[in-house]
Amino acid sequence: MSAIAPPSAALDTLPGGTAARRRYPVRPQHVLVAVLLVIYPLLATDFWTLQIGAQSLLLGVIALSLMFLAGYGGMVSLAQMTVAGLAAYMMAIFGVSAIPVSLGWPWWVVVPLSLAIATLFATFVGALSVRTEGIYTIMITLAIGMAVFYLAQQNYTVFNGFDGFKGLEPPVLFDVNWRNPLPFYYLCLTVAVLCYFAVLYLSRSTFGLSIQAIRDNPRRMRALGFNVNLHRIAAYAFAGFVAALGGVLSAWYNGRVSPGSIGIHSIIGILIIGVMGGLRHPIGPFVGAIVYVLMQTFAIDFIDRERFNTLIGTVFLLIVLFSSDGLLGLWDGIRRRLTAPRGQRRAVASKEE
Amino acid sequence: MARSPARPHAHGGLTSQSRIPNHALHLIIVRLFLLTLLNGLTLGALYFMVASGFTLVFGLMRQVNLAHGSLYLLGGYVGYEVGLASGSWFVGVAAGFASMAVVGLLLQVVLFRHMEGQDLRQTLVTIAISIIAADLMLAHWGGLAYQFDPPEWLFGATPMPLVNAYPTYRLALLATAIVIGLLLWFFLTKTRVGMMIRAGVDDRAILSATGVNVQRVFAITFAIGAGLAGFAGVVGGTALSIAPGEDNRYLLASLVVVIVGGMGSVPGAAIGAVLVGLAEQFGLAYTPTYGIAYTFLIMVLVLAIRPQGILGRPG
Repeated sequence: MSAIAPPSAALDTLPGGTAARRRYPVRPQHVLVAVLLVIYPLLATDFWTLQIGAQSLLLGVIALSLMFLAGYGGMVSLAQMTVAGLAAYMMAIFGVSAIPVSLGWPWWVVVPLSLAIATLFATFVGALSVRTEGIYTIMITLAIGMAVFYLAQQNYTVFNGFDGFKGLEPPVLFDVNWRNPLPFYYLCLTVAVLCYFAVLYLSRSTFGLSIQAIRDNPRRMRALGFNVNLHRIAAYAFAGFVAALGGVLSAWYNGRVSPGSIGIHSIIGILIIGVMGGLRHPIGPFVGAIVYVLMQTFAIDFIDRERFNTLIGTVFLLIVLFSSDGLLGLWDGIRRRLTAPRGQRRAVASKEE
Repeated sequence: MARSPARPHAHGGLTSQSRIPNHALHLIIVRLFLLTLLNGLTLGALYFMVASGFTLVFGLMRQVNLAHGSLYLLGGYVGYEVGLASGSWFVGVAAGFASMAVVGLLLQVVLFRHMEGQDLRQTLVTIAISIIAADLMLAHWGGLAYQFDPPEWLFGATPMPLVNAYPTYRLALLATAIVIGLLLWFFLTKTRVGMMIRAGVDDRAILSATGVNVQRVFAITFAIGAGLAGFAGVVGGTALSIAPGEDNRYLLASLVVVIVGGMGSVPGAAIGAVLVGLAEQFGLAYTPTYGIAYTFLIMVLVLAIRPQGILGRPG
C-alpha cells in the first residue's frame, strides 16, 4: 500500500546509515527521553500523571499492536480495540466487579486467562482475514469489531448488556494500591517499554523480516517456500497479545468496561491514533496517543465540548491528506528539508509527494 | 388490536401448562415463523438497496467507502426536511437520491480522484468524513429518532393468509427493492455505461486502454452508489426511523452483505442481503440476546469456505 512507507526507510535516515542498523545505538536523545519518562510523575501533578501520562501509554500500547500489523505486516486491522476490549471484558467476567455476573476469581488466574482468551480471539480474526487481499482486511475486521460490539450490547447473561461492568480494581500487591497515579503510571510505563522493545526487536528478527517481506511481495515469499498465511496469522496473534495487555491496563484505568469501550468510536479512535502518529516506527503510536489524549482533554478550551468528534475527524483528515505517514512523516519531511543542501531542497520536497 | 404488529412478538409461555389448545399453539408458532420470514425479507430488501451502491463502488474502484452509512443517514435527514417542506413524500425520496448523488459526485471529483491508486488513504479519508458527518448531523438534527409518514395509500396493513395482516409499506419496500434490482441489472447489462462499469470491475487497466474516460465512469458510479444510499435512507427511514447510530448499523449491514455476496456483484448483494436480513430477524425473534451472532456466523462461514464471497471472483 503506497500510503505506508516501509519502516526500513526510516532507519536509512539515521546518521551512520546502514552501519547504524546493525548496532543498537543509544544516542543522547534516547537517554533524555528515558530519563524524562521515569522522572515525569515526580514533576507533574496527579492529574497529568494519570489522565495524560498513563492513559497515553496504554492507548499507545493498543495502537502499537495496530502499528505492528499495519506498518510491518501491511494489514490494517480495525479489530485491535475489540481484542483489547475483549480482554477487559474477560477481566470483568472472571474477576471481581460490582456486577453479580462476575465470577470473582483471583487476579493471578484472571489476568493470564484474559490475555489468553483475547490472544486466541485475535488469532481467530487473523485466520478469517488472511486469505483475502489487503483492502478487504479493513472491511472484515471492522465488521467483526462491530458484531462483537452489538453482541456485548444485546447480551445480558454474559456481557451484562448496555451497562457493562463497573468496579474493576487492580489487586493490592506488596501493600501498594496499584490504581494510585504513581504506581499505575510506572506499571503502564513498564508494559509500554517492554512492548515497544519487543516490537522493535521482533522487527529485526527473522520473523519480523519475513512479515515485512510478505507485506512487500507475498508471491515471492510463497515461491521461496514461506507459509505466508501462517506467518500472517502469527503476526495477528502477537499483535493480539500486545493489544490484550493494553486492554487489561485499560480495564484497571477506567474501572469499568461497557459496549461503548468497543464501539465504533473507540475502534476508530485507535486507528486515528495509529495513523496520526505514524505507522512506520513503533514510537509513532505513542506520539499519536499523546496528541490524541491532549486533544481529548483540552479541546473543550477551544471548541464546544460536544463537537470533539468534528475536531478529531478534521485533524485526522488533514493529516491523511497532507502527510504520507502521520506526524512521524511530517517530522521526517521537515527534517529532510532542513538538512538537505540549499539547491536540493525543492527536489526533496517534490520527491515525497 | 386494530393494526397488526410491525414486529414479531416473542411468545414466552409456549408450554404444555398453558391453557391454549394445541391447534391454536401451532397457529401461533407458524404465524411467528411467517412474520419473521416476511420481516427478514423486507429488511433484506432494504439492506440490498443500501449495499448495492456500496458493492458497485467497491467492485469497480476497489474503494471501501466507509462513509456509506453516513450517506444513508444524511439522505434520510435531507429527504425528511424536503418532504416536510414540500408536503410530498415522493419529493422527499427524490431529494434524498438527488442530494446524495451530488454529494457523491463532489467527493469523487474533489477528493478521491487525486488519490488514485492509494486504497488505504482513500479509505482513511472516508472514515474521517464519516466521523465529521456523523457529528455535524448530530449537532444539527439532534439525537431524536425521525420517522416519516408514507403516503396514505401505502399506510396501514394488507390482509394476508395465515398472518392475518402485514404492513403494506413493507410489502411496497420489497417490491421497490425488486424493481431497483431489475433496473440495476438492466443498467449494468444493457447500457453502454453499465457495460463499462462491468468491464472496469473485471480489469480497470484494459478499460482505460480502450479509450474510455475511466474517471468519468468512476464519478458516475460513485454518484449512483451514493444516490442509492440516500434513496434507501428516506425509504428505510419511513419503515424503521432514522437516528444517530443508524449510519453504523447500515454500514455494518453493507459490509457483511458485500463480504457474503461477493465484491462488485449486484446479484451477490441480493443474495447476501436476503441472508443477512433473515438471519437478523430470526435471531431477534428466537434468541434476542444473541441476535447478532447469526449474522456473524454467516460471515464467518463464508470467509472460511469461500473467502471471495458467494458470487465473488477469486483473487
